[in-house]
Amino acid sequence: MYTDKVLDHFANPRNVGAIEQADGVGTVGNAKCGDIMQIYLKVENNIIQDVKFKTFGCGAAIATSSMATEMVMGKTIEEALKLTNRAVMEALDGLPPAKVHCSLLAEEAIQAAIEDYQKKHSSE
Amino acid sequence: MNRIYLDNAATTPVSQQVLDKMLPYFRQEYGNASSIYQTGREARKAVDTARRQAAAAINAKVQEVYFTAGGSESDNWAIKGAAFALASKGNHIITTSVEHHAVLHTCQWLEKQGFDVTYLPVDEYGRVTAAQVEQAINDKTILITIMAANNEIGTLMPIAEIAKVAKEHKVLFHTDAVQCMGAVPVDVTQWGVDMLSLSAHKFHGPKGVGLLYIRSGVKIDSLIHGGAQERGKRAGTENLPGIVGFGEATELASSKQQENARRLTLLRDELIEGLLRTIPHVRLNGHPTERLPGNVNVSIQYIEGEAMLLRLDMAGIAASSGSACTSGSLDPSHVLLAIGLPHEIAHGSLRFSLSDESTQQDIDEVLKTLPGIVKTLRDMSPIFPEKEV
Repeated sequence: MYTDKVLDHFANPRNVGAIEQADGVGTVGNAKCGDIMQIYLKVENNIIQDVKFKTFGCGAAIATSSMATEMVMGKTIEEALKLTNRAVMEALDGLPPAKVHCSLLAEEAIQAAIEDYQKKHSSE
Repeated sequence: MNRIYLDNAATTPVSQQVLDKMLPYFRQEYGNASSIYQTGREARKAVDTARRQAAAAINAKVQEVYFTAGGSESDNWAIKGAAFALASKGNHIITTSVEHHAVLHTCQWLEKQGFDVTYLPVDEYGRVTAAQVEQAINDKTILITIMAANNEIGTLMPIAEIAKVAKEHKVLFHTDAVQCMGAVPVDVTQWGVDMLSLSAHKFHGPKGVGLLYIRSGVKIDSLIHGGAQERGKRAGTENLPGIVGFGEATELASSKQQENARRLTLLRDELIEGLLRTIPHVRLNGHPTERLPGNVNVSIQYIEGEAMLLRLDMAGIAASSGSACTSGSLDPSHVLLAIGLPHEIAHGSLRFSLSDESTQQDIDEVLKTLPGIVKTLRDMSPIFPEKEV
């Protein structure tokens, strides 16, 4: 049911972990539904220098988190904000219909982390 | 990679002895058991033999045994058949909140047809008491259907006590005993049930063949009309190789039940104790002793079941989970919720179900593999308390 890319990102997730003193942190989902994604950003000169994730969830939740971090790494904030769940899904060669919501969570988690960064940034 | 199969509550491999008995009935003795010529008569003999084997295995009379296309059909037939046959006497059915979907969804469908269903709550182990059942009986009650053993958490229900209450109140009692054959003694007379469902593939028989025991004198409506098979109650050309396999599998399962239960109980308890000892924040789901000899169900906190299953699969171990991602809905298993688990704990459940083909090595391998998987997944879990890493 999962593509080789999903299984690869699940088995060898990229960018797992937390960033201390991150410039932005976004958390979406809840344990009741079985998915929580947390994204940490390190931003310098408007560019995402580092990104890490922690995810509680199924195989697809972990794989989409991993792929989404890979896709925004080194991007500008504006580019990262354009990341869509569809793009994450395509990069993973697709997801089973019941797992599409995982890719939405990944998109939302990245956006939430960026919003957190922007909030902190604008108040500086 | 050595494959370890610990999902025997889902299905089991057909045993060699059962397969050997079935094979001639595909090409050599392929007749229709209703035909009068030689190969038809051979088919009839084979069906009769299988029915005798099955009847003996559950301590029923031969004419009380009806072959079906599986456990789901048996449950559907027992419940709908009784409901329709007794609709003039009442419209109330009693069941529990932890039944298999073949029972639960059938009851829910009957509610739409105007029947009234009581879904009894269970205790923290997944049990109901005979007293609870008795309290739920009213003058409209026509059927009680309660599983003998839970397919997810393995908890055994007090079937004989419930049957006694049902009998006192003259209410029909059906039990889904699909998980029981070969695991615990299945004795329709000792239990005192009116109807009982079995499925061959749960005890090393073939898929697609089941049994409904209907006690003599109990009248239920038919679901499948069209022919005189199964004493006119269940139409359709007999699934000859399947029925032969069913008969052989029941005989084998009941003859090995005691030894099987003794050995599996030891393996089960070793696995449970090992998991509780080697992994922090784990709870056993279901009753510690009143459970199927081959059932282990645990919740592993802070991580999700499907992710564990995938990692186990990569290590060659097949198991199952009650997480939402494996139940095909947004909610985790109804059984785990019914025993009072919060959603997030239910999402982290794992079931290992053993059969007589399971070995000590299988258990050792799980205990060697799972702690590492749990650690990996907890390390990436945002809800796992950091200081305990």
